[in-house]
Amino acid sequence: MAELPNTEERLTPDTFLRGLWEENPVFVMLLGMCPVLAVTSTTVNALAMGLATTFVLVCSSLLVSLLRNWIPKQVRIASYIVIIATFVTIVDYAIQAISLELYAALGAFIQLIVANCVILGRAEAYASKQKLMTTLVNSLGMGAGFTLALLSLGTVREILGNGTILGISLFPADFQPWIVMILPPGGFFVLGAWLLLFNWLRLRKERKATGPIGVTADAR
Amino acid sequence: MNLEAQIQTPQPRTPAWAMLRTLGGIAMISGLLVALVYQFTLPIIAENQRVLTEQAVFRVLPGAVGKRDFVITADGALSPAGEGVDGALVYGAYDQDGGLVGVAITGSALGYAGPVNVMFAYDPECACITASKVLQSNETPGFGDKLDFDPAFLKNFEALDARLNDGGDALANEIVTVKHGTKTQSWEIDGISGATISSKAMGRAANNAAQRAVPAIARDLAVLTQQN
Repeated sequence: MAELPNTEERLTPDTFLRGLWEENPVFVMLLGMCPVLAVTSTTVNALAMGLATTFVLVCSSLLVSLLRNWIPKQVRIASYIVIIATFVTIVDYAIQAISLELYAALGAFIQLIVANCVILGRAEAYASKQKLMTTLVNSLGMGAGFTLALLSLGTVREILGNGTILGISLFPADFQPWIVMILPPGGFFVLGAWLLLFNWLRLRKERKATGPIGVTADAR
Repeated sequence: MNLEAQIQTPQPRTPAWAMLRTLGGIAMISGLLVALVYQFTLPIIAENQRVLTEQAVFRVLPGAVGKRDFVITADGALSPAGEGVDGALVYGAYDQDGGLVGVAITGSALGYAGPVNVMFAYDPECACITASKVLQSNETPGFGDKLDFDPAFLKNFEALDARLNDGGDALANEIVTVKHGTKTQSWEIDGISGATISSKAMGRAANNAAQRAVPAIARDLAVLTQQN
């Protein structure tokens, strides 16, 4: 992979911010959809899942970056998987130690962080080619972007589907929550709505940049 | 594959020992980290588990301040839980003076979406179940999760008949869930309309729990009530 002469990037604010907006793993790259749809039925679950994924992402990216000149490319995927699985196991124990109720609520999706393509994608496409510091900043940004995306789904779904936010009731007692929002279809509805909003914002920005008649929606 | 092989030919090949070194090294780091974290979190997780069980027991048996664990042994007797004793757990709950408030028993049955694990409070004096609390379920929100909240349904468990038969080895009447509005006997559970499968699972869980635990509790009530 890392055969190109000089692909190391310099550390800029953009290294962090890209993960939040321009290359947001969920809303732009559409990666890691499984936890995005499955565990965002409440704000707390979404936050816990986002933080757990961020921890695994940052730790494994750092280790991959640290060992990048030491991993032969023939065994790189196997190495990445073992590294990621290690940190997922650590997170698994840590969440059990923090709260068993949270652990029950997240269920199998903690172990499934192993298969989260945001993390493997970062290891392969970024951490294996970049210095430690830029990797740290970039993976923190990606993790923050992922957490933010989970939170935006989780908050909307909890408010509409349960009438609460962080367990605090928002509406008068006669409010009938839209239960469909905390069921699987609700995840798709809310994700679709957010994607619509983000794509609309991007299209509008591009249109402004290229003038009113400019050709916008290209292959991106 | 062919094309890739041709491009790679001029490059020096990675020696096998380098791959082995890397994989071995990473596996060792991984093993070390996991073992460290496991050792560190093990007592915390066990403590969490204990607190969670205690909270559930005190919730189904209000008034209790102490809990002791017992095990139903293979020959149907009750013995204090400890090292080397295997079997289903029951929890004796005690008030301030050490008197027995009731016994918490657990049962499980397959619901609409996986197993429903429930804790029941059993009162040896009236030989009935007096409360229920769902410990774990994946039942549909808004329908199946009413098992733990619906006031009319919870009323079923305020005095659910769990008397033993004359032989003392099984319940006199199996606990069953009946269709909503058709409950006539004290050992029947009035189901929730719209959540039939979940309410039936609840009935089966209650029956499982009682069939297993009540004969042992009746036989060894002295073990439960003795003060230590």
